[in-house]
Amino acid sequence: MPVTPKLGPEAAAANMADIAPPYTPAEAIIEASRCLFCFDAPCIQACPTGIDIPSFIKKIVTGNLTGSARAILSANILGGSCARVCPTEVLCEGACVVLDREGDPVKIGRLQRYATDHALERRLQLLKTPARKSGKRVAVIGGGPAGLGCAAELAQLGHKVVVFEKKLKAGGLNTYGIAYYKLKPEDSLAEVAMIQSLGVEFRCGVEVGRDIPAAQIQKEFDAVFLGLGLGKGARLNVPGEDLPEVVEALDFIEQIHTRPLHQVPVGDRVAVIGGGNTAIDAVTQAKRLGARDAAIVYRRSQEDMPAYQFEQTLARTDGARFLFNVVPVEILSNGTGHVTGLKLARTASADGKVQILPGSEFVEAFDMVIMAIGEAKQVGLFKELFPKLELEKRGVVVRNTDTGQTNVPGVFAGGDCANGGREVVNAVAEGKKAARGIHALFAGQAASGPIQPSRYGVKGAPVGSGFDRPIRVTELEREYAKEHKVP
Amino acid sequence: MADLSINLAGIKSPNPFWLASGPPSNSAHQAHRAFEAGWGGIVWKTISDAIVNTSSRYSALNLGTLRMAGFNNIELTSDRSPETNFREVAEVKRRWPDRAMVVSLMVDTRERWHEFVQRSVDAGADGVELNFGCPHGMCERGMGSAVGQQPTVTERIVSWVMEVATIPVIVKLTPNITDVTQAARAARKGGANAISLINTLNSITQVNLDILVPEPEVGGLSTHGGYCGPAVKPIALHMVQSCAADPEVGLPISGIGGIADWRDAAEFIALGSTSVQVCTAIMHYGFRIVEDMIEGLNDYLDAKGLKSVTELVGKAVPTLKKWELLDLNYKRIARINYDKCIGCNLCYIACEDGAHQSIDLVPPNSQGLGPGRVPGKPIPQVREADCVGCNLCAIVCPVDGCITMVSIDQGRQKMSWSQYQEKVARGKMKPIPAHP
Repeated sequence: MPVTPKLGPEAAAANMADIAPPYTPAEAIIEASRCLFCFDAPCIQACPTGIDIPSFIKKIVTGNLTGSARAILSANILGGSCARVCPTEVLCEGACVVLDREGDPVKIGRLQRYATDHALERRLQLLKTPARKSGKRVAVIGGGPAGLGCAAELAQLGHKVVVFEKKLKAGGLNTYGIAYYKLKPEDSLAEVAMIQSLGVEFRCGVEVGRDIPAAQIQKEFDAVFLGLGLGKGARLNVPGEDLPEVVEALDFIEQIHTRPLHQVPVGDRVAVIGGGNTAIDAVTQAKRLGARDAAIVYRRSQEDMPAYQFEQTLARTDGARFLFNVVPVEILSNGTGHVTGLKLARTASADGKVQILPGSEFVEAFDMVIMAIGEAKQVGLFKELFPKLELEKRGVVVRNTDTGQTNVPGVFAGGDCANGGREVVNAVAEGKKAARGIHALFAGQAASGPIQPSRYGVKGAPVGSGFDRPIRVTELEREYAKEHKVP
Repeated sequence: MADLSINLAGIKSPNPFWLASGPPSNSAHQAHRAFEAGWGGIVWKTISDAIVNTSSRYSALNLGTLRMAGFNNIELTSDRSPETNFREVAEVKRRWPDRAMVVSLMVDTRERWHEFVQRSVDAGADGVELNFGCPHGMCERGMGSAVGQQPTVTERIVSWVMEVATIPVIVKLTPNITDVTQAARAARKGGANAISLINTLNSITQVNLDILVPEPEVGGLSTHGGYCGPAVKPIALHMVQSCAADPEVGLPISGIGGIADWRDAAEFIALGSTSVQVCTAIMHYGFRIVEDMIEGLNDYLDAKGLKSVTELVGKAVPTLKKWELLDLNYKRIARINYDKCIGCNLCYIACEDGAHQSIDLVPPNSQGLGPGRVPGKPIPQVREADCVGCNLCAIVCPVDGCITMVSIDQGRQKMSWSQYQEKVARGKMKPIPAHP
């Protein structure tokens, strides 16, 4: 049977509502007051984009919400979506010293959302671009988090940026591929609009290679940033994979982001193949859209699951089932032309390799199968667009991790296509780093400077504030006296 | 169970906790509720010729999420008639004979003072408190702090009162004066039986930045209000101790100023108060707070092995000396407990920017992991030779017991500034070199 939507508009909206609703002003001030305003806060160091977290939190306490949002957005242009989608438990909040003191960190993510909502809802123009432009033009290929991070930084450095985006709207996974209860497409698009207001030009619905040759871009622009992300979902290569109710996880999630929620078809019994965070996003949303049964099918054990612990807990709370150490060997249709179930086999892991246990096959009934076994690298696309571009063995672009510079002069890269698939915040940080790298190239500088401002000054020990060692005024006076030959 | 009962210059109460003269002690209704909750005494809101108050009267200093860290008011004395007040005083005293009933008074002429004292006696009051402290409204009419700020006037009015008083007389002192002991001595000279302090401090708690008028705003204007609440406690403790330590004062004290719990009360008592008076904390939380005050003080006295609260009165007074008598050879330094350190490095930046540059940030231990969970994050390390023992790092440290100030025995004899000056003058020692 073809799958159909399961819930009415109200039930679907209620199930997909914000998992972490926005703070009220009172909640925000109480939570913000828990921050100790650390000197060299570990949370800053744990944030890939180096947001000055204690500063933005302090500004919430003083009622300076505009300044708070500015502190966030100047470090991370996608601070609003990162506030919602970052795995804060393993980043800033995992490093929070209050966690050590009380067992419960300051809720940095939710506070960050509180501050950025203030700016984005009011369309505040908080970031500035220089009046005098450099005259340099940069093409950003891919309008996802990496591309946006790069474009926003370049615009603030005075360069002209054109973003080429294959889809009709920019934002990449932020617009199309994050669990709906974490990030709404309109919030992602508000960020895109903010970047647009910095003078960045977006050419959406334009696929480089098809609509415009890569060579032409290289000719027309002074530098190119590649933020293409990953490709289509990987395949299992089992019989039945082309049945109509077999969908890729990201396609399923994209439907949730492009249709009214109550019109998204979902199975009655849904199997999600895979053990990563995308698998969790898929199983949880299937459940929330009305699937009676939704199960994670993972070929290894629970301990091996790459999904974060808190994500697994969320899925379990939503009523999802977990089938560990099983692998699909066939997607069954019983001659109906539609998915009727999965033939599964039990597995054992030996030396890190998964082996199917012979004779262990069994059948479970499902009417929809969601594939979340990772996305393919874009090896073919890169070969076609930039034949000279050096790729790693696993198919990602080789680049200098500080500057984003690839082996091709003037071509930079960052985000999933270069790191193999990490968090949104990593993509933004890499885009920002590449922008600094491009800026340094234009300026003829070798180094692009640190992404995180250091509070220590020069590295080395012991260190003091701004000096390479603690220094007393009397010492400075002595040095001054020596230099100026004062007795 | 320690004995909490007290006797302040002849005024007895089952515990030292009294309502201070103020909004909570304005009516029989409130007094009944307070005594039901367990308060040992009440100083009735100041009775004077009936006044008229403004609308909008209070304002507060909020610190972060802490409300009413400081509080001020521009209310005057009781807005009820003397007749009503004295009638209710009598009613309340009849119903609660074991509780202390003190009536606060504020009038102008000798005749009026005589009349109001007599009416208090007639109402059955155990004592009167002369309000020489109100810093707003009444002082402009030659009463309140206008009296308390001039020792000669204080003395004269006290002596008027003593001409007729047959019950103990407490003089309430204003802190809006350079040396409170001068006012206390004047009260003594006038014949007062006890003093109470502090009244409220002149203040402006905040300016409304939208309309640029301070709070409390009264039709686009404001006025200086009387400041009280937890924020004034340190000032009050200083003044209470000063009076307690002054042999020329030598009067029992009722302590007032920011008392909100049993610890505050115990500190006031240790610095010389026999009873303590509470107002702002009641305005914040109601009369029920006395329950914990009684229980907490009781348990504290038991733990200290004190049989009666009177044994605590003034115990800490002698440990407070003039600066010149402190031991210059006493040395303490900060020690950081790395098992407790959470890596906020507030101690480092406080010392570096705000004190004596004696804490270094150094690489963490050999594993490259320090507090704060970030590999390689520097940890604070006290340079003990340079540490002056100022306490700042221990004060800013957000973890209890993480930084302790440790006394270091340097094997040197005690030497106060006075002794030092004397030794230098006699050529017995060279001046200590200035700090580099």
